[in-house]
Amino acid sequence: MTPELGYAATVAALILAVYGSGAAALSAVKGRADLRRSSERAAVGVWLLVMTCMALLIYAFLTFDFSVRYVAGNTNLGTPFYYRITAVWGALEGSIILWAFMLSIYTLIVMARYRRTQPQLYPWVLAVMLGISAFFLLVMAIPAPPFERLSPIPADGRGLNPLLEDSGMITHPVALYLGFTGFTVPFAFAMAALIIGRTGDEWITITRRWTIVAWYFLSLGLLIGGWWSYHVLGWGGYWAWDPVENAAFMPWLTGTAFLHSVMIQERRRMLKLWNLTLIILTFSLTLFGTFLTRSGIIGSVHAFSQGSVGQFFLGFLALIVLGAFSLLAWRLERLHAQGELDSIVSRESAFLLNNLFLVAAAFTVFFGTVFPLLSEAVKGQKVSVGAPFFNLVNIPIFLALIFLMGVGPLIAWRRASAENLRRNFLTPVAIGIAAAAICRLLGVANALVLLCLALVVFVAATIALDFARAARARRRTGDGWLDATWGLALRQNRRYGGFVVHLGILVVALGVAGSQAWSTQTEATLNRGESMELAGYTIRFDGLQGVEESNHAKVVGTFTVSDRKGPYTVLTPAKKFYPQEQTPIAAVDYRLGFMEDLYLVLGEFARDGSHATIKIQVNRMVSWLWIGGFLLTLGAALAIVPEPRRTPAVARAGQTAAA
Amino acid sequence: MSGRSRILRWAIPLAVVPVLVLLAYGFRTDPRDIPSPLLGRPASPFKLTAFDGKPVALESLRGQVVVVNFWASWCYPACYEEAPSLERAWKTYKDRGLMMVGVNFQDKDEPARRFLTQFGHTFPNAPDPAGRVSVDYGVYGVPETYFIDRKGRVRFKQVGPVSDQMLKDQIERLLAEEA
Repeated sequence: MTPELGYAATVAALILAVYGSGAAALSAVKGRADLRRSSERAAVGVWLLVMTCMALLIYAFLTFDFSVRYVAGNTNLGTPFYYRITAVWGALEGSIILWAFMLSIYTLIVMARYRRTQPQLYPWVLAVMLGISAFFLLVMAIPAPPFERLSPIPADGRGLNPLLEDSGMITHPVALYLGFTGFTVPFAFAMAALIIGRTGDEWITITRRWTIVAWYFLSLGLLIGGWWSYHVLGWGGYWAWDPVENAAFMPWLTGTAFLHSVMIQERRRMLKLWNLTLIILTFSLTLFGTFLTRSGIIGSVHAFSQGSVGQFFLGFLALIVLGAFSLLAWRLERLHAQGELDSIVSRESAFLLNNLFLVAAAFTVFFGTVFPLLSEAVKGQKVSVGAPFFNLVNIPIFLALIFLMGVGPLIAWRRASAENLRRNFLTPVAIGIAAAAICRLLGVANALVLLCLALVVFVAATIALDFARAARARRRTGDGWLDATWGLALRQNRRYGGFVVHLGILVVALGVAGSQAWSTQTEATLNRGESMELAGYTIRFDGLQGVEESNHAKVVGTFTVSDRKGPYTVLTPAKKFYPQEQTPIAAVDYRLGFMEDLYLVLGEFARDGSHATIKIQVNRMVSWLWIGGFLLTLGAALAIVPEPRRTPAVARAGQTAAA
Repeated sequence: MSGRSRILRWAIPLAVVPVLVLLAYGFRTDPRDIPSPLLGRPASPFKLTAFDGKPVALESLRGQVVVVNFWASWCYPACYEEAPSLERAWKTYKDRGLMMVGVNFQDKDEPARRFLTQFGHTFPNAPDPAGRVSVDYGVYGVPETYFIDRKGRVRFKQVGPVSDQMLKDQIERLLAEEA
């Protein structure tokens, strides 16, 4: 029954979404409130139906309903309970449901929030969002049906991709998709603004917080993805410039650019065309990312299965990009800037440079990602560009961005005077240079690390300086230090949230620089009882043990580790053998530390346990990535929190008196 | 607005067209389609013991066209889809100089036998306990099927399930060649 029910719900949701989108558009054109109400009911219906699909699929997974092809393909009787739920989005078809589900939730929130306050924009926003939902439902109905029936019903399923049996997979796709789908909201508002020709600042103001929401989730998704890569894939890295990682990184870059350039539009009425272009690009890149993962046109470690899904996505991508840019071209004369750039030395130009670099980074990542295609089309050769290309091109860009991160928030608008520059930047520049010099004297020889360090310290100093000044100003009004700090963070939460994000990025940057420069590794074959040394650790191989799990067998190695101070820990890296996989999967074991992680991967071994090959890595400062990442998301969360209403002092006094 | 900027404005949407065309081109290529280095080379010999206990050796098949199919009982659905086609081709061509060998890949004995019973395979099928044969042939995943000519050279490799038509085309082409 489940396949039929699920399919019926999918088709019904598709019909409702198409109808709702059309009705919302028509209601805007004709000004008919009844149609608008009807389209709202359709949106609620879509949400209910997609939720039903989600619930049915979860139920099918929990009850091992192998009459559903997707369930049989992604689970087996040995799959543990919690992974049967995450298996729902473990492959193509289910991930599309998750996508549609999140989009339907965003649609409802937008509906609840703006149906009264934005009577003109809102119907078009609803039309665009429901139209996009309709596309995903179409994918669920035709090329990637999650509820396809399987006949005859097999006795057992194939099982989940073992790499996805990890806690990171519970949260990573959810965060990532909340980010991806989140960009639908600003995109829909941008389209609505273009359609009704109100290309002023209204849509920008509304969508700014939404963009931060999407950005927050996308950042979280990227971070958890890096953590998953680090502790599951067993190669000791967190970022490989794999096409799928790039696919999620590109919208992050353009989204970040957008978050900054909207500030210029708010302040100076400039860059309207640019902001619209950025949001169209960002949303298109989220679709491109999905297209890339689902079409199989570029080889990747994460790629989902192939099929006609790719063609559907490409068609939709073409429709969105061509449609949105045509709309932009049509409204071009309304997008002239009202402000002008007064001086090269100003906050505007710092932000423009920031945008330029971010978009350049997005472009190089795009270029590198599609390069295999380009090369095959032009020269008939399959060539990939790997990490060396991306690192070479992007390291200077990111260093420049860090520098601008220090300049942008403090330099004056319009035209910075020499006094403004001296007052804001002299001390931080001196501190940055001094920090690098001290580290050089302490023995840090890597020039790139020193440069990165100088920049990071410079930026941190600008933030500290700004914060100290503002807090001092508040303290003069009588608040204590703690109140002053806390009050600032809350009152100007967008600014200070931004600063916390910047601090997070600085910590991440140090983590990247340190881990690239100072990590070390070795590989050795040890007999039982034999020891080896690396970077102050002594690692002894104590033997192997076979363990039978519900859905796989594993061989666990025991390694006793001591450091300079004595016994440190016992690590048990393993190799897992899944019947459905051709190659065994390494299960790494590690001890995380603030300055360095010890990371063990079990390689080949003798069946009798007499010897084993072990890869040992000492990864330096990788924890800084997770700490910085936490700060970054914390800052983004702070920036999302609504600013407290500014109640006039008199009214506040009155309230106190009444209380 | 002047005529020039009227044209120019459409340059924005038109600029993305080449990118879309490039992506569409991607459908015509397959990033995993890397030709097997074994093509045209002599097939590596193997000696296996079939599920029914009889020996299967490639050396003794010289002069015949040989189809080697790698499969597994857990390989759902591809191996299940191609199984009837293999048996049909075997029945059609076995008297005209064809030999077909199934190699069972990383499997357990009992489900593998159940698979063979389910499809009623009559051509020799053998487990590859040490995985030797699979490694020699560079098997990446199952199903994969190798077509070996009368001179013992690998002539064609199919990744993914085979169809009736493809078996017919390949087998007849190789059968038509002189030893």
